[in-house]
Amino acid sequence: MSGVLLSAKGLRLAFGGVKAADGIDLDVMEGEFLAIIGPNGAGKTTFINMSTGYLKPQGGEISFAGERILGLSPRAIVRKGVGRSFQLPQLFTEHTVLENAALAVASREGFFSALTPLLRPRWREEAMELLERFGLTGIAHTRADALNEGARKLADIAMAVALKPRLLLMDEPTSGVAASEKMAIVERLATVLRDARVTAVFVEHDMEVVGRFADRVAVWSQGRIAALGTPDHILNDPDVRREVIGIETGGSHAAA
Amino acid sequence: MIAKHEAVLAALLVAAVLAAAAVSPWLIFILTIATAKGIAVLGILLLLRAGQVSFGHALFVAFSAYTVAFLAPVLNDVALLLPLGALAAMALGLVVGAFVVRYREIFFGMLNLALSMVFYSLLEKLYTITHGTDGIRVSLPRFFGMALERHAYEWAVLVTALVLAVACAVFARIYLASPMGQGLSAIKTREARLEFMGVSARLVLLSAYVISALMAGMAGAIIAMTSRHVTPHLGYWTASGELVFIAILGGAGGVIGPFLGAIAFELVRVYAAASFADAWQLILGTTLLLVIMFARGGLWGLVLKLTGRRA
Ligand SMILES: Nc1ncnc2c1ncn2[C@@H]1O[C@H](COP(=O)(O)OP(=O)(O)OP(=O)(O)O)[C@@H](O)[C@H]1O
Ligand SMILES: [Mg+2]
Repeated sequence: MSGVLLSAKGLRLAFGGVKAADGIDLDVMEGEFLAIIGPNGAGKTTFINMSTGYLKPQGGEISFAGERILGLSPRAIVRKGVGRSFQLPQLFTEHTVLENAALAVASREGFFSALTPLLRPRWREEAMELLERFGLTGIAHTRADALNEGARKLADIAMAVALKPRLLLMDEPTSGVAASEKMAIVERLATVLRDARVTAVFVEHDMEVVGRFADRVAVWSQGRIAALGTPDHILNDPDVRREVIGIETGGSHAAA
Repeated sequence: MIAKHEAVLAALLVAAVLAAAAVSPWLIFILTIATAKGIAVLGILLLLRAGQVSFGHALFVAFSAYTVAFLAPVLNDVALLLPLGALAAMALGLVVGAFVVRYREIFFGMLNLALSMVFYSLLEKLYTITHGTDGIRVSLPRFFGMALERHAYEWAVLVTALVLAVACAVFARIYLASPMGQGLSAIKTREARLEFMGVSARLVLLSAYVISALMAGMAGAIIAMTSRHVTPHLGYWTASGELVFIAILGGAGGVIGPFLGAIAFELVRVYAAASFADAWQLILGTTLLLVIMFARGGLWGLVLKLTGRRA
């Protein structure tokens, strides 16, 4: 629970005239759960894409565990211990949920090492155990393209967790999950991540989830971090409430 | 179990081929060619799993066949020519593969086609080396040190082809069940995710490509040793297209499909050519149409349906 795990300094990236990142400075501390909130198009996904090597920033620096990762491929960054899940789940749609998980498990240890079956006992057991932790046992043998949105989201995260990352970047893990199940699922997810001692950054639109699970909250706005602090502090900030959460607060007014 | 079912059907198929060859010896040649093509098509099937269609794999068939033809005067034994031809094709597959696995779909298909046509033109134009369209004759090789008379030699090559076919089918099954083989369909459905799992999609595809080149090489060597005459036509684009055609005809769902497809293809071709001279293309086109419209799983899919199993 100490030290900076991921450090971003002055990240800049523009798409045409749109500044998706306009000087992002952020230190993610080892062991914390950091929530990213902010309106659509603020650049939240772009930050994850830059941190995982999918997009190359036009300026700035990124390091992970003290090592520069800027310019590395997604593959190299994953191998260093940065996992991610996706806003739109990225599953292998011709495979079952179990096979998806087993592919992730196998990719961690020797995808190319031997001609052993994907569902060999060791990989199968680890994959099943993973699905159990995520409450996905019941759909283990369902093809990924037949799942509902919530299940796809969870399977997508499970695959990222299978890689045993030190840092997991999750892009809207609860979008698409039915409101009635949301808290239970996040509770389960948080337990999995805490047990595995994974540091987590998650983009989230549900402030109840943020308030309950985040240690810190970063507020994204037009490619910048507008505010950063504890949930208590951030979620009660009138500017944040108005601009991000879309709620007018009764008492305090920001100067017009 | 599908595995047991497949093993029984494979055994029946091998037995049927041997029986047919014993009853009508003139079928030996056709069945050897069909078995060889089946092996090449098995390689095409691996690439199809990744959603990639090569329209140039005759390159590897021809490369191996010419390797055999060039080496035959000095190393005239099946036991040497066959592995050398196949390995030469595999080595070429590694070089070509390293380049083409960067591309997908139409670009992948067309690049393979382009490279195969370059090789075809070389075979045709470098007359002093290749004898152009006349091709090169291969004198009757020894078979593992034995000098066999022609009929016995032809039987020996057929049996060799069948042994290789079974070995390749078993290998392909094991490969396809492994993470690498399963990774092929992952390339088709969500290639980016593979990268985010730390896996190189290109390397996965390259593994399949090299294996497919090796298989095409085995086919080329067998064809050269049984027809004992190699011509540039072996590497022409229609020969590549034929492999893809057979893959679809036989069905890409299982490792026996390519052999069912190849045998059906060669037999129909011979009978069609004998009975209705110019109808071959018409039969080919119509069959392809029917398979695509009514039997997507190809002949293998039909066999599964008829025997009450599902892929
Ligand atoms: N690859 C791209 N090409 C062009 N523009 C892009 C690209 N990726 C993002 N953008 C633009 O950059 C801005 C930030 O996008 P980003 O996806 O990071 O937002 P976000 O905060 O994740 O939004 P949301 O909440 O809708 O997911 C948007 O205006 C978006 O249109
Ligand atoms: Mg987003």
